Amino acid sequence: MATCLVVSEIRDNQLKNVNWEAFTAARQLAEQLGLTPAAVLLGSGVEGLAEAPARYGMERTYVVDDARLANYSGDCYAAAVAEVARQTEAQVVLMAATAMGKDLLPRVAYRLGTTTAQDVIQFRVENGEVIFTRPMFAGKVWAEVKVTGSPVVATLRPKMFAPEEKAVAGQVEKLSVELPEPLAVVEEVKASGGGKLDVTEADIVVSGGRGLKGPENWHLIEELAELLGAATGASRAVVDAGWRPHGEQVGQTGKTVAPTLYIAIGISGAIQHQAGMSSSKYIVAINKDPDAPIFKIADYGIVGDLFEVVPALIEEIKKLKQQD
Amino acid sequence: MNVAVCMKRTPDTTAKIQIASDQTSLVEEGINWIINPYDEFAIEEGLRVVEKHGGEVTLICLGPAEAEKTIREGLAMGAHKAIRLDAAQVPADPRVTARALAEVLKEGNYDLILFGKQAIDDDHAQVASLVATELNLPCVNVVVKLELDPENGRGTAEREIEGGHERVSFPLPAIISAQRGLNEPRYRSLKGIMAAKKKPIEVKTASLEDSQLAVLKYAYPPAKKPGRIVGEGKEAVPELVRLLREEAKVL
Repeated sequence: MATCLVVSEIRDNQLKNVNWEAFTAARQLAEQLGLTPAAVLLGSGVEGLAEAPARYGMERTYVVDDARLANYSGDCYAAAVAEVARQTEAQVVLMAATAMGKDLLPRVAYRLGTTTAQDVIQFRVENGEVIFTRPMFAGKVWAEVKVTGSPVVATLRPKMFAPEEKAVAGQVEKLSVELPEPLAVVEEVKASGGGKLDVTEADIVVSGGRGLKGPENWHLIEELAELLGAATGASRAVVDAGWRPHGEQVGQTGKTVAPTLYIAIGISGAIQHQAGMSSSKYIVAINKDPDAPIFKIADYGIVGDLFEVVPALIEEIKKLKQQD
Repeated sequence: MNVAVCMKRTPDTTAKIQIASDQTSLVEEGINWIINPYDEFAIEEGLRVVEKHGGEVTLICLGPAEAEKTIREGLAMGAHKAIRLDAAQVPADPRVTARALAEVLKEGNYDLILFGKQAIDDDHAQVASLVATELNLPCVNVVVKLELDPENGRGTAEREIEGGHERVSFPLPAIISAQRGLNEPRYRSLKGIMAAKKKPIEVKTASLEDSQLAVLKYAYPPAKKPGRIVGEGKEAVPELVRLLREEAKVL
């Protein structure tokens, strides 16, 4: 029984939403390759989560439960996943390309003697082989690649694979694996600013740029974001000026996001910024310069003074919420 | 502290990347090469570590002879010497790169090995992890804060994760990959640039294994449909909201 194995991401003893995308992709790939779609859960006290993967078509769920896996450890997690991959004859190993996924799967691949296609956005099967598309140069070029080693290992960029429920009668199996003494130990996981939604995880992102003129005007971005349940992002100029933390920067040297809706406010949209957000489904731009490059890729643009437009937008959305 | 910084030369962030007619290679002509921006954070951190604790910074770069111009820019920042692993091209498979680097790194007896968190050309974001696995060293990626205690042979790093940070403790020697925010890289002074001309760059042959990542084809991303202006000023807001609600169905 060879598997198409998905490593699940668990934080705070919850399966993160991004897993549903990875499970769905794994199920589709397993169907085309004739493999058993399977999930592996790692953690401490995570057995209660083991039923969830079957809702997304995972026929097997392997659970490795160990106190030493309570926090993420690249060393222990990689050893455990590599062992599960061996025991289940994994032909494909997948995980969401999150901070954890991008850290973990290359370590797993290395232990298994193969290599990782990192941060892929598409795949297809041709003559029984998986061909991945992965952006390079922050999306300026797409490369079609094939992992010729075995198993095939890849991380999947969040928000690029639509999750699809498809319940099966899954089997849960507990596996025990030998864990090494970890070299690096996570001592603390700190949530930033009141557990705010991360810009890479949000369905809606409201981003601000230099057009806001100063950090004292950032409340406009935050107010709109809060109203929409959105995360806040920032252009490089704003981060360099120290108005916003680095973790919010969207662009080539910041984060890459692909939300359903991206609202760029006072951002001119240099090529480096576009690299981080151009695969958003809908882009709204508000800028006073009609020649700003952001308007070339905006689905909906408003040319105007953001200090007038954004408050009007906030009012209009408030009205809408009251009607609903 | 004996510090190594693995650096790569990459096209600058504004470069227009052109695909060659064979569709499996990229045009290098006319490209302005820079130190990979994340590697600059790594070099800066290495310099700060030796300024505080003593020691030397060695740059290690896998690439062609032309990469020496970029290596000199790292030396101009203050790194003491460099090793260039000679290869006509940087391998497409990060595993191959990692194994070649590991071979040189294990000879160097380094207390700290720094990388950028990813190169802005191939965006693999994994060579540090692979080298660490090969050398059985602790590795913390995407680091925004680093504190070392060489006397006790330990360090602590904060790495960025979604919605927060992980604080990670590790023994030295260790491998760290740098994220924006770790520090502010210094400018190269004229004195630094002059001094860099005399600093040694040792050339070694890179031992490159067979690739397990085949690039079948490069393509440009599908063009986005041209932008559309809804209107001007706050008068356009009701129409924008209507479109977001009725056409895009996102509100």
